[in-house]
Amino acid sequence: MASVPMPIGGASPAHAHDHEDGELSHIEWRVRALESLLIEKGYVDPAALDAIVETYETRIGPRNGARVVARSWADPDFRRWLNEDATGAIQSLGYSGRQGEHMTAVENTAEVHNLIVCTLCSCYPWPVLGLPPVWYKSAPYRSRAVIDPRAVLTEFGVRLPASTKIRVWDSTAEVRYLVVPMRPGGTDGWSEERLAALVTRDSMIGAGLAKDPASLAGAPAA
Amino acid sequence: MNGAQDLGGMMGFGPITSEPEGEVFHADWEKRVLAVTLALGSLGEWNIDMARHARESLHPADYLESSYYEVWLKGLEKLVAAHALATPEELATGRLRHPPKPTSPRLAAAGVAAMLAKGAPYDRPPQASARFEAGEQVRTLNVNPTGHTRLPRYARGKRGRIERVRGVFVFPDANAHGLGPSPQWLYLVSFPASELWGREADPSLTVSIDAWESYLEGAG
Repeated sequence: MASVPMPIGGASPAHAHDHEDGELSHIEWRVRALESLLIEKGYVDPAALDAIVETYETRIGPRNGARVVARSWADPDFRRWLNEDATGAIQSLGYSGRQGEHMTAVENTAEVHNLIVCTLCSCYPWPVLGLPPVWYKSAPYRSRAVIDPRAVLTEFGVRLPASTKIRVWDSTAEVRYLVVPMRPGGTDGWSEERLAALVTRDSMIGAGLAKDPASLAGAPAA
Repeated sequence: MNGAQDLGGMMGFGPITSEPEGEVFHADWEKRVLAVTLALGSLGEWNIDMARHARESLHPADYLESSYYEVWLKGLEKLVAAHALATPEELATGRLRHPPKPTSPRLAAAGVAAMLAKGAPYDRPPQASARFEAGEQVRTLNVNPTGHTRLPRYARGKRGRIERVRGVFVFPDANAHGLGPSPQWLYLVSFPASELWGREADPSLTVSIDAWESYLEGAG
């Protein structure tokens, strides 16, 4: 666990001097002061704060989205529903609410690769992916995803054929996007649970691909 | 506003640092900032557009040199003071000096799951028909609003195509400034990269935004 948070602008030379122990404890002090003041005034309940943290640490995360993708791979009717009414289809699996009120699912194919970004802030589909990773909220990603996504993908280890078109979705409204990565070959007849294990967080943003089935322990079942 | 938050197409920030899937927070104080932001937001003293505007109104240097949760903290401190939940002096010292402002009841622990599951849908019933339909050519306005907007700089004054009519949604440019939801039709609009970035752009790239009706004019 890194103790020094990455600034939005990335690891600038100035940053190395700015965030020494003194400043970090200054931030900690500010947060503690704010929280205790708000509790003392009766605006927030400390038990509710703990419940919110616990929710995003243990219950709402990218495994939810992986189950959505696995169902879409395994069930053609669900796949159709997801493409036509992503909010409803996702809700049928129990994932809905804050920062996922209006969902759109976009499928990767051999012809088109989709990539999600929020250039203006950090819009991200919380009910299916949880809280966004630091890089998704950072200037390097937000600045480059819309102008040079191929180079961005290369940094994530994704090299697409030149013939594959790239579609970047900038989340400028309250619509949230989920990428459905391509189903890897050699997974015919796999259970949804096994399929879900192939689906990474990055693949559901478009910054990665689904895992190679051979990478799973005990994968070559047949 | 043309602030530091509007990052699309900027250069010089360097490579992207990837991160393992299990890392949700990087310090305990980040957890508290997230939780306080959500719990306090549930009082309804401000809306999400006001919260975004508070963050993007930070000095550009401050915005870029802060981590994301630091930006949230600084935005939250501004909202708390602006909506008179605490005075700047109280925020600076952490000491209560004034009685609380009457608000709606605080979020209880037992209400957290329901609050998160309910969310806050931003669509509204249509009051008029949509001006554009799927397939139409449009141009985004060349505008530079000093207040909150969700039309990024890189996509202003650009010719694009309506791909989907999304429905009627709360208009952030008004909602962020206490002018009410002022709902408008929202459209999915796509642009070839050459329209956004010029001749050198990746010919295989299409970029789309979700744009409110007043951002657009016909370009038939």
